[in-house]
Amino acid sequence: MSARIHTGVFVSDVDLLSATTAVREAGYRIVDAYTPFAVHGLDRAMGLRPSRLTWVCFLCGLFGLAFMTWFQYWSSAVDWPINVGGKPWNSWPAFVPVAFEGTILFAGLGVVAALFIRAGLRPGREAKLPAPRVTDDRFVLVVASSQGDQAPDELGALLRSHGAVEVSEDLEGTLV
Amino acid sequence: MFEAVSELRTPLTTEPVSYGQVTDDIARPMEGKPTRLWYIGISISATFLLLGAIAIIYTITTGIGTWGLNRTVGWAFDITNFVFWVGIGHAGTLISAVLFLFRQRWRTAVNRSAEAMTIFAVLCAALFPLIHMGRPWLAFWPLPYPNMRGSLWINWRSPLFWDVIAISTYFIISATFWYIGLIPDFATLRDRVSGMRKKIFGFMSLGWNGSARTWMRYEVVYLLLAGLATPLVFSVHTIVSFDFATSVIPGWHTTIFPPYFVAGAIFSGLSMVLTLMLVARRVMRLENYVTKSHVSAMCKLIIGMGGIVGLAYATEFFIAWYSGNDYERFVFMNRALGPMAWAYWIMVSCNVIVPQFFWSKRLRANLGVVFALSLLINVGMWFERFVIIVTSLHRDYLPSSWTSYTPTLIEVVTLLGSFGLFFTLFLLFCRFLPVIAMGEVKGVVNYTRRSASRSAQEPTPENEA
Repeated sequence: MSARIHTGVFVSDVDLLSATTAVREAGYRIVDAYTPFAVHGLDRAMGLRPSRLTWVCFLCGLFGLAFMTWFQYWSSAVDWPINVGGKPWNSWPAFVPVAFEGTILFAGLGVVAALFIRAGLRPGREAKLPAPRVTDDRFVLVVASSQGDQAPDELGALLRSHGAVEVSEDLEGTLV
Repeated sequence: MFEAVSELRTPLTTEPVSYGQVTDDIARPMEGKPTRLWYIGISISATFLLLGAIAIIYTITTGIGTWGLNRTVGWAFDITNFVFWVGIGHAGTLISAVLFLFRQRWRTAVNRSAEAMTIFAVLCAALFPLIHMGRPWLAFWPLPYPNMRGSLWINWRSPLFWDVIAISTYFIISATFWYIGLIPDFATLRDRVSGMRKKIFGFMSLGWNGSARTWMRYEVVYLLLAGLATPLVFSVHTIVSFDFATSVIPGWHTTIFPPYFVAGAIFSGLSMVLTLMLVARRVMRLENYVTKSHVSAMCKLIIGMGGIVGLAYATEFFIAWYSGNDYERFVFMNRALGPMAWAYWIMVSCNVIVPQFFWSKRLRANLGVVFALSLLINVGMWFERFVIIVTSLHRDYLPSSWTSYTPTLIEVVTLLGSFGLFFTLFLLFCRFLPVIAMGEVKGVVNYTRRSASRSAQEPTPENEA
């Protein structure tokens, strides 16, 4: 990537939010922000689209419900029907609790698996931190500018004016 | 611009703290040497755990005859303990999931330890049906796996089997919820420590780097899990109550059982959270995060849940009379006035009368009193399950089989052993994992405080180092 990558380090979430809004309004591309906690409103400031994980959760739950309902029916009415107290083979009201638990189990585990895949979280993955202390008390905004070498300090000045305590430039683009 | 500042609301920490200070305060107990109190606590709980292990080994090698059960009272101490521990677990989910959905931001101080409590309590609960089986090495039989006997599938119509599925699902989802909450904190710890611990935390944190995109997805998943855990917690104790309600024993065969059990579970769990919160805040020196207003909020929840439990007792009694059924009427009169009346009145005084003291603001602020009252409620809720189980069984339809029940030493030691297991796990958790969700507390330290400008958050010499 030939774009120049600027990294601004902030000490407060409020500064990060105002910087993010300003940088985006100025037309730069925000690569990502890094924060020690979930800063509310940051997704809107960065212009992120709402996550589709809710759909994954819904579909996994639906699958769990269908699968557990079918499995209970198949095993007690088709594969080996057993007379339990004269109840019908397909005594479906008694299958409701297990079908419900199956729904929750599949939905919960499915959405967590989807999160891990989508966010690339996996055991043994090396964490690439844009700046030290970003998991402690620092907020980092990574911005790409395609302006080339002229006006080198425009973006840096903008970040600084919104409270960045440290601005660095990373020409290699190693972070992205 | 982005923050609502209200002068009317109280901040959630006693003193204003910076983000770095939050990390330091919460990570400190894990990095230094444990306090003397911690060593004393773990020695006592590990001793109980060991005694319990001996009792369980004796039970399994000798047989269930080591217990005080007889032909009339076939369920007693162990199922009481099972229902008690499952109930304890439920408040953890209530605090972590239900209060999250209600946007109760004070929960951040207690949710981590409440979730840990849920997991440990469910482990303690699972122990009892397992040893009651008599042959615990066959415990996998209730699972629906393809087998060499046909396949002979399990009986899906049995409430006892629903219980197996409900408790396993509850354990898996609670553990997942807990771990998801821990990931950002593992990353914080990974970036603080060195050596072997860095490797372990690095492995556990799955390469978390605080990216805002990941945070956004993470928040969505957290909300979804909270939304799934809430109906789950209600379903689990409903199904536990089905173990009783679907039978034809007077005193068990009632439609009030599901809501009654759920309310009782949350009530007992809240008092256990309160007990643990007061211990952890003292032992781990987290007074600034777990404040008196947290304790007060918990007390208010207890008043509410205690009221529901009291109403359930009254309703149950009224309906027994109103049903016109002689057996129902007898069971309830026998509970209140029969040979086990002492247990019934311990239950009523601890669960209905004790919470009323929490109406007083002065008593809520006195942590010693709150601690004592929370212990009494724990006792009362244990007796509630004992009363439901034993008094309904010991006088059955046929007066010739009427009998009584006394626990043997082995059963009492097994119960103490489960407390030993619970507190040992809890103290290990306090020592090796962050007891307060750092990532969440940092989001609320400025709650209702006018702050967050550059000057206010400027690093000071202390937290710079």
